[in-house]
Amino acid sequence: MRKIIKLEGLCCANCAAKIEEGVKKLPGVKEAVLSFMTQRLTIEAEDGREDAVVEEAQKIAKKIEPEAGFKILR
Amino acid sequence: MTGKQKKMVFRLTVSGIFFISAVVMEYKGLWAGFSYILAYLFAGYDIPWKALRNIKNGQVFDENFLMTIATFGAIAVGSLEEAVAVMLFYQVGELFNDYAVNKSRKSIQELMDINPEYANLLRDGVEEQVDPYEVEVGDTIIIRPGEKVPLDGVVLQGSSSLDVKALTGEPIPAEVEAGSNVISGSINLNGVLQVQTTRLFDDSTVAKILELVENASSRKAKAETFITKFARVYTPIVVGLALVLAILPPLLLGGGWESWIYRACSFLVVSCPCALVISVPLSFFGGLGAASKNGILLKGSNYLEAMANLNTIVFDKTGTLTNGRFQVSDVAPVHGTREALLELAALGEYHSTHPIALSVKEAYGKTVDTGRIGQVEEIAGHGIHAQIQKDGEWHEIYIGNRKLMDQQQILVDTPSEIMGTALYLADGREYLGAVVISDSIRPDVPAALAGLRQQGVRKLVMLTGDREEVGKAVAGKLGLDQVFGNLLPGDKVSRVEALLKEKPFGRTLAFVGDGINDAPVLARADVGIAMGGIGSDAAVEAADVVIMDDEPSKIVDTIQIARKTMGIVRQNIVFAIGVKIAVLILVALGYASMWAAVFGDVGVSVLAILNAIRALSYKEPASGKIEFSH
Repeated sequence: MRKIIKLEGLCCANCAAKIEEGVKKLPGVKEAVLSFMTQRLTIEAEDGREDAVVEEAQKIAKKIEPEAGFKILR
Repeated sequence: MTGKQKKMVFRLTVSGIFFISAVVMEYKGLWAGFSYILAYLFAGYDIPWKALRNIKNGQVFDENFLMTIATFGAIAVGSLEEAVAVMLFYQVGELFNDYAVNKSRKSIQELMDINPEYANLLRDGVEEQVDPYEVEVGDTIIIRPGEKVPLDGVVLQGSSSLDVKALTGEPIPAEVEAGSNVISGSINLNGVLQVQTTRLFDDSTVAKILELVENASSRKAKAETFITKFARVYTPIVVGLALVLAILPPLLLGGGWESWIYRACSFLVVSCPCALVISVPLSFFGGLGAASKNGILLKGSNYLEAMANLNTIVFDKTGTLTNGRFQVSDVAPVHGTREALLELAALGEYHSTHPIALSVKEAYGKTVDTGRIGQVEEIAGHGIHAQIQKDGEWHEIYIGNRKLMDQQQILVDTPSEIMGTALYLADGREYLGAVVISDSIRPDVPAALAGLRQQGVRKLVMLTGDREEVGKAVAGKLGLDQVFGNLLPGDKVSRVEALLKEKPFGRTLAFVGDGINDAPVLARADVGIAMGGIGSDAAVEAADVVIMDDEPSKIVDTIQIARKTMGIVRQNIVFAIGVKIAVLILVALGYASMWAAVFGDVGVSVLAILNAIRALSYKEPASGKIEFSH
């Protein structure tokens, strides 16, 4: 399933790359892309593991860019 | 400007004042030092704090940490002025980045501000404002002037002009009346419309477009991946070198610690990768924005990269290069008027419903006197033998293809088929002339093809399911390089695969179709371009590039936007990396001060961003556009 998350206030392009890299390595994540410009994190997660993945992704985002929001759009 | 940014402007102004007064009071020693410290704190009190917090989170090499070490190091070796300058300008650069990024995010959001907030649903004669999601297919909605069309539908009542600029880039409003289709996302300009919806909001054009645009930057170009990878190795390497620079030379040369630590701190200033990392996606974002402003939607910045390197373009014939509608293109009587010959053809074909017969009747345009039609016999695969009254007498008229003429031993002396299908007419054994029916070339096509050649596209190919001769005639007229006819949908894929093998390494192939029946080919090509994206879901889904209206010349615009964007990206990469490396070398050798390092960081960042912003603006050249009167 695909999850789309908006990271409002993401202001550092390098951090965006780091978050993307971190989320990609999470177990249960098939593919993850974070666009710095649209501030959207798109995660292609294995079925049934979406919630756990999103939770872990939030931890990563908080760690790297605590200023940015974390809003699950879909 | 956001509140956060305003606060930053204030802080930096105060810091700047303290900095300048400190420079002026240089001779007063202690007072100047005090002023410097205030300037430092106003500009960057939060940076060391953030660095500490991030280290606690396990994030070591972030720019806050680098800046903290660099400035503390500079202070430690007595370069207070430089330390403050580094912090002040670093923050100015950050503020500028933030401002530029926000601004371009906003301008693209405005561009795509097509999302309708509500729909006026008419239920049992009562109008109610509801969320577009709640409207069912077949419901009636009211759209007032100034409102957005919330769902796709058909006009029941009323007439108006619709502004479709946000959807197609087409500046001329579309006129609609009862029976016309309306597209969600367009803006009603003057009349009140009653519309019956034909799709749910999720399936509506506007939802599809928004989905596409929002996902656009999720497919990254190679240049984008390169730069983030580069940043990942760049920072640790520079930090490592800084460490070596601070320790090794003084140990080997014995002493001079201060000078080497100063150089090492300058290294750290240049080690921030953000400028590089921001300017590249910003350029691509601008390019995607410029394209969508012109009614061209790309599904990712990787397609901008591919469009900039086009070598081969493969076109589907019908619906892309030609209108896909048969029209009488020529009437060639042996003697007598064209009108008389066309009338005879219309009389003979009166009862037929074949597409060719329909176009003959359409071209004739007048009502036919059915009293003049006698016995009509259809000769399958050949044509028609009809008795038609002419000047009060009955004539035996033969209308059909070459085979019919040969069968009846009628001597035809019109040049054989031009582009399309010829319908020959004979009165008994006497040849009367021919009516040529063909699919007409779309008006925008010749100019578009010329533009593509000008842009350096080497090979223009046409694929068609139509007969080879017809294909060749069209291709000849348009000056295409290759044409393949008699193709089944599966053959098109293998043709494109063969062409993919032929193209030079590093260049790309695009397939252009209208999205009907060519989804597999669209997917197989490096870039699948679908024309007339509006209303065709299949096209929007299968293609990589969707041209919202159906002007082939938009492909030329896309190439130009792509080239411009790629140019900017390359300039930024070369410029930023080049300047940084040059500054690093000069600093290491002791030829440059920390001021040069500040330029290598902030200066480069600002210049790269200013350059990246250029990608957002694209003006089509006035000469390249050909206007056709309707």
